[in-house]
Amino acid sequence: MSELDQLFAAHRAAGRKAFLPFVTAGDPDLDTTAEVLRALARCGASVAEVGVPYSDPIADGPVIQASYQRALDSGFRLPQVFDLANSLRGQFAMPLITMTSYSIIHRTGMNRYVELAQAAGYCGTIVPDLLVEEAQPLADVCRAADFSLIQLVTPTTPRERQIRIAELSSGFLYFVSVTGITGERHQMPPGLLENVAWLREQTPLPVCVGFGISTPETARTLGRIADGVIVGSALVRRIAEAESRAAAVESVTRFASDLIAALAEK
Amino acid sequence: MSTAPAPPHASASVPDNKGRFGDFGGRFVPETLTYALEQLADEYARARRDPEFMRELDGLLKTFVGRPSPLYPARRLSEAVGGAQIWLKREDLNHTGAHKINNTIGQALLTLRMGKTRVIAETGAGQHGVATATACAHFGLPCTVYMGSEDIRRQKPNVFSMRLLGATIQPVESGSRTLRDAVNEAMRDWMSSVQDTHYIIGSVIGPHPFPMMVRDFQSVIGTETRAQCLESFGSLPDCVVACVGGGSNAAGMFYPFVEDEGVRMVGVEAGGRGNRPGDHASPLSHGSPGVLHGSFSYVMQDEDGQTCDVHSMSAGLDYPGVGPEHSYWKDTGRVDYVACEDEDALTAFDRLARSEGILAALETSHAIAKAISIAAEMSRDQHLVICLSGRGDKDAMELARLRGQAWE
Repeated sequence: MSELDQLFAAHRAAGRKAFLPFVTAGDPDLDTTAEVLRALARCGASVAEVGVPYSDPIADGPVIQASYQRALDSGFRLPQVFDLANSLRGQFAMPLITMTSYSIIHRTGMNRYVELAQAAGYCGTIVPDLLVEEAQPLADVCRAADFSLIQLVTPTTPRERQIRIAELSSGFLYFVSVTGITGERHQMPPGLLENVAWLREQTPLPVCVGFGISTPETARTLGRIADGVIVGSALVRRIAEAESRAAAVESVTRFASDLIAALAEK
Repeated sequence: MSTAPAPPHASASVPDNKGRFGDFGGRFVPETLTYALEQLADEYARARRDPEFMRELDGLLKTFVGRPSPLYPARRLSEAVGGAQIWLKREDLNHTGAHKINNTIGQALLTLRMGKTRVIAETGAGQHGVATATACAHFGLPCTVYMGSEDIRRQKPNVFSMRLLGATIQPVESGSRTLRDAVNEAMRDWMSSVQDTHYIIGSVIGPHPFPMMVRDFQSVIGTETRAQCLESFGSLPDCVVACVGGGSNAAGMFYPFVEDEGVRMVGVEAGGRGNRPGDHASPLSHGSPGVLHGSFSYVMQDEDGQTCDVHSMSAGLDYPGVGPEHSYWKDTGRVDYVACEDEDALTAFDRLARSEGILAALETSHAIAKAISIAAEMSRDQHLVICLSGRGDKDAMELARLRGQAWE
């Protein structure tokens, strides 16, 4: 059983819903990212996604895109994402995964990427631009290493294709709530709850919902049908708007605590 | 990814059903786009077998675009060079002044067949933007064109034309504010609008089926050239030269000659200011295989996989990637790729203007420069064809700026 398998099994046994925050590595600097991750772990976040800055992220909306650009402009290099996890080792139990564009994984080499990430302390990765047709080689590498490969399902994915994606995934399934890019939204798309409920019946994998979640209300509603919720842009924006590292930590803590509390309500 | 040994010669029967040209191509995009790409691939496959679609396309290419474009003997230029006979395939004489419209008419027809009601596009030099705006005006489709703000600055005349044709220009301020960033923004728009919007990609780049489909629509260039060569001088050309940014005019020119082994083919990339990283836009000459904008191909990337900044004075070639079929042709050795620097392209621009009375696009001028040196090494009984992919009117203001002259 992988780290994520164990975590979600424990959550399910306790009737608990997972909160999965996303932060961009190195935005505005790696020390802030480390502080924010420690704060998220203290609040009780279940799993943290560490976004690896990429120059051409087509799935991301303006908030995350700008955070990637800020990190790259301030000199972010790939080894730093591994150093980050290494520096946090033993400080909290919250598992870390990376969110990495396939361009970066390809350039590094699949085997080497998984090896470096795992050695640093990451237990899985999301690859937002690797389709099921191209994912088998990486899925094989990940499976052999007991490193989770989290794949995405979207509202435009036909149902039989959702099942194929689920079969190639490990850790959990990332259900994209909207047809679009990442970013905060005020309304949930129609059919979302039914679609997530359907998918949960097809696969033993936990199903977590992301894209566009920014309020405790949305988190609460989704928590009733999904195994967890993923929140990215709303957090990244708070970090970007904070005037100091301490302010960023405070703002993230308050926001994450509200969402976690909402998820705990029945 | 392991690199398989290169096949002995390039095949015209590519890509396979996963969109692979040898190792290159494929589909590396967010899952959200899969549905639209499948729909497009299916509709395109049906359209190609539909005589009605092909008739409508051919009809528009003839009466609206003005095809076939002439194959023109550049006698004074050939005389001055003193080598091979130089012929110009006059894509600059197409409606809207470049080869781009061959593709946009085809994709606009597909948009209607798919029942989509809105079109988006990216543009660098603005030629694809104008060609898309034109096709959309022709069919009554609303059109939004993404264009880097640096390109808006250097290709103003095309920006005005697009607006006159009713298109909305969406300036792109991210990254290097050039073609690569315009592609990113158009893809992001498509992520949210995929159900009712078609993205008319302007080059042989992007996820499958775009590289194949755009090549097919542009192949009218090479198919006509082939027949015109046989008619004009009774044989196939000895050499064919085209400029390569994303590579659509070159793919359209080269593809019908791929299996004619006696025809040498040369693709000319933008050599910019020189060989140093960041000074050129020549992924085939200086890059390595990687993933950008949905396909696996040669690209300018750093060792982390981040896309590098590139430079070319010509907005249409200022792109860090290249179509996957060009990567396949490079690795199979079927096409030679060389880089031409800004200065040499400018010299060639003048040379063609003064010897033949033709203002070529700055993009095309790169091909002219290399073609002149190649022709000089050939004999007078040989024939070299240049794909004159676009006209230079759009560059007049930028040329004045580059030369420090007032536009008054």
